[in-house]
Amino acid sequence: MNIVSTQLGNSLYNCVRSNLRWPLWTRSHFTYYPTRMGTGKRMNMFNAINNAMDLALDENKSALLFGEDVGFGGVFRCSVNLRDKYGSQRVFNTPLCEQGIAGFAIGVANTGATAIAEIQFADYIFPSFDQIVNEAAKYRYRSGGLFDCGSLTFRVPCGAVGHGALYHSQSPEAYFAHTPGLRVVVPRGPIKAKGLILACIRDPNPCIVFEPKTLYRAAVEEVPAEYYTSQLGKADILRHGKDVTLIGWGTQVHVLLEVAEIAKSTLNIDCEVIDLVSILPWDAITICTSAKKTGRVIIAHEAPLTQGFGSELASYIQEKCFLHLEAPVKRVAGWDTPFPHVFEPFYMPDKHRCLSAINDIVNF
Amino acid sequence: MSFLRKSVHLLGSVARRQRHLKVIEGAISTAARDFSSKPSEDYANFPGAKAPFVSKLNLIQPEDYAPIPIYRVMDQDGYIADETQDPQLGREVVEKMFRDMVLLNTMDKILYESQRQGRISFYMTNFGEEASHIGSAAALEMRDLIYGQYREAGVLVWRGFRIDQFIDQCYGNTDDLGRGKQMPVHYGSRELNFVTISSPLSTQMPQAVGAAYAMKLRPNNDACVVCYFGEGAASEGDAHAAFNFAATLGCPAILFCRNNGFAISTPSHEQYKGDGIAGRGPMGYGITTIRVDGTDVFAVYNAMKAAREYVLKENKPVVFEALAYRVGHHSTSDDSTAYRPAEEIEIWNSVEHPISKLKRYMVHKGWFDETVENEYVKDIRKKVLKQIAVSEKKLKPNWREMFEGVYAEMPDHLIEQRSELEKHIEAHKEHYPLKDFEK
Repeated sequence: MNIVSTQLGNSLYNCVRSNLRWPLWTRSHFTYYPTRMGTGKRMNMFNAINNAMDLALDENKSALLFGEDVGFGGVFRCSVNLRDKYGSQRVFNTPLCEQGIAGFAIGVANTGATAIAEIQFADYIFPSFDQIVNEAAKYRYRSGGLFDCGSLTFRVPCGAVGHGALYHSQSPEAYFAHTPGLRVVVPRGPIKAKGLILACIRDPNPCIVFEPKTLYRAAVEEVPAEYYTSQLGKADILRHGKDVTLIGWGTQVHVLLEVAEIAKSTLNIDCEVIDLVSILPWDAITICTSAKKTGRVIIAHEAPLTQGFGSELASYIQEKCFLHLEAPVKRVAGWDTPFPHVFEPFYMPDKHRCLSAINDIVNF
Repeated sequence: MSFLRKSVHLLGSVARRQRHLKVIEGAISTAARDFSSKPSEDYANFPGAKAPFVSKLNLIQPEDYAPIPIYRVMDQDGYIADETQDPQLGREVVEKMFRDMVLLNTMDKILYESQRQGRISFYMTNFGEEASHIGSAAALEMRDLIYGQYREAGVLVWRGFRIDQFIDQCYGNTDDLGRGKQMPVHYGSRELNFVTISSPLSTQMPQAVGAAYAMKLRPNNDACVVCYFGEGAASEGDAHAAFNFAATLGCPAILFCRNNGFAISTPSHEQYKGDGIAGRGPMGYGITTIRVDGTDVFAVYNAMKAAREYVLKENKPVVFEALAYRVGHHSTSDDSTAYRPAEEIEIWNSVEHPISKLKRYMVHKGWFDETVENEYVKDIRKKVLKQIAVSEKKLKPNWREMFEGVYAEMPDHLIEQRSELEKHIEAHKEHYPLKDFEK
């Protein structure tokens, strides 16, 4: 089942710059590094997500897909054609109310049916915070296992998109990472997105998949057509190195891959790049093994610095790898401001900031 | 301008294709109409509402609408006002209704006292609302799924939750189905189809609606969902979500509001200005609505029967408002005489009390026997007191269970944290109440 993660463990990375093929996206702050997967169909990330949900709805007759504007295909086209294929009872619009979507999804899952709920933007997940944190995450625990909502998956577009400003750019994973009972994952591209979504749908715990929306069209890969799942709670080592460990997730992984390349060619520094993939529960073994090997760790994420998930990683690494560290763990993150509109280029933890962090940490 | 005209025309043609809309043909002057004197058959073409035009400005006032009347079957003295409304329940059923109400009432009194003595940490009584629990539960089938708020223990009593199960939950001991994880009165039972209670108000409402939707899609579904909530909880955003989702998505859910006049200290006139919760149903959300006297067990029973039939036949929801009075304090952490007169409470605790009303009915029927009744109360008291003594002595679950059930399987970091605590406790045993917990 787990073909993606096993192959990814050792795979090489295609260094073809995606912006050569996708001139529209040259303005973005990252260069896409596709995951090579042997044979498959060329899909961008929304195609892959659509394909995943298609397989899930086909495999499991109890599965329902719903959210705002999901019926006609979704504002990001992720659910396109699914209503025609599976009927308006299984793929449908809800009223515009996130707490309702989340509560409804929990109820569906309480009966054992599978709920795939979409929150249109991660920025709008906060009205459903209560349902997700107080209810979904605690259902099994508080009932002593009598009831649960494990067959529930939230799909939530997140992250910077170039011009999204305050409410179309946020990365709220850290809010949810503080909630025992949830699974939180972030894919870095189509292959991973499909595998993670199918894994989350099957997983007996409530899951949130934060999908970096800037990748929906920009990320293109050869995605296997068959049903497969990606391992949850497992980080991927995307590039092996001995000098510095770079940890990121989502779009930031591609920034780090480019930074690693530049560091190699200009500074002759070997960076190990890790895609954390799962924010909660996260893969402490992979992270600590790498940190102990390199002795230097940089964590980068788009979300603000203070109490970002980087803080959790940094303190854990400090605690578990103290004697191996050659320099303090460095965090390169969004600033502690709301996500701005015209200042986005100055806000992002871009390749230049990451590169200068590498310089600093190596010369500490 | 020409663009505007074109779009208006296009919008019109789009709307005309939708056959359910009545279309105004030709150029009838809207100024020539007067909706108030001559109701129009023609509806405007706006997609957002099906309504006629009116040429006189009229602010719609809440007072223009008569309040939704309160359905009742039995009067204060226990007489049935309209024989056609008599549910004709047999003596056995009525006796079970009465006894379950008495059981709940008796258990409440003792558990309330035991909290006062510091034996359990918290309690909430059901005084004054026994009829809405028992009447509604009696009209349902066991396969119907219940979502509650916290003051619906009577539903569990009717379904067969045992005294020991109630009390074990309040003590959080090793026989608590919830494994000692939640506060007292947060009951749940898979067997009895009663979803475990949680403290956040109204969160259960959209959940109940989602469950009803999923159940509707099962082949040959013949089960509905009932969701209980108080009138205070109905002010939460989740209540709005639930009403609207239930209506738009066609969910066989009965949204049962226990309107007891108070949310802790807040009287209902500070909770809303409309016609209670029922008033929101038909005009507000397009939901079929019933309002009943919640102190009249037969009214609740009849209305619930009708509601259940309706939601299953139509795959649509019902808003159900049972009016009653919260006779007891909000909880053991509350003294309600700080915000309402004791005399008012007394009325609702005597003449208007649901148990007294049913008792009077049974007296008229010749079904009531004072000595049998007294024996029954005495017996229940004995059972509850005995159970308290037993439950109190039972061990709590093994403290390692604290880490279980967070996820379906225990992830590595929780295994690690559990062993950290194990080591710590091993070294500092004397500081922890280990003797109260299973080994």
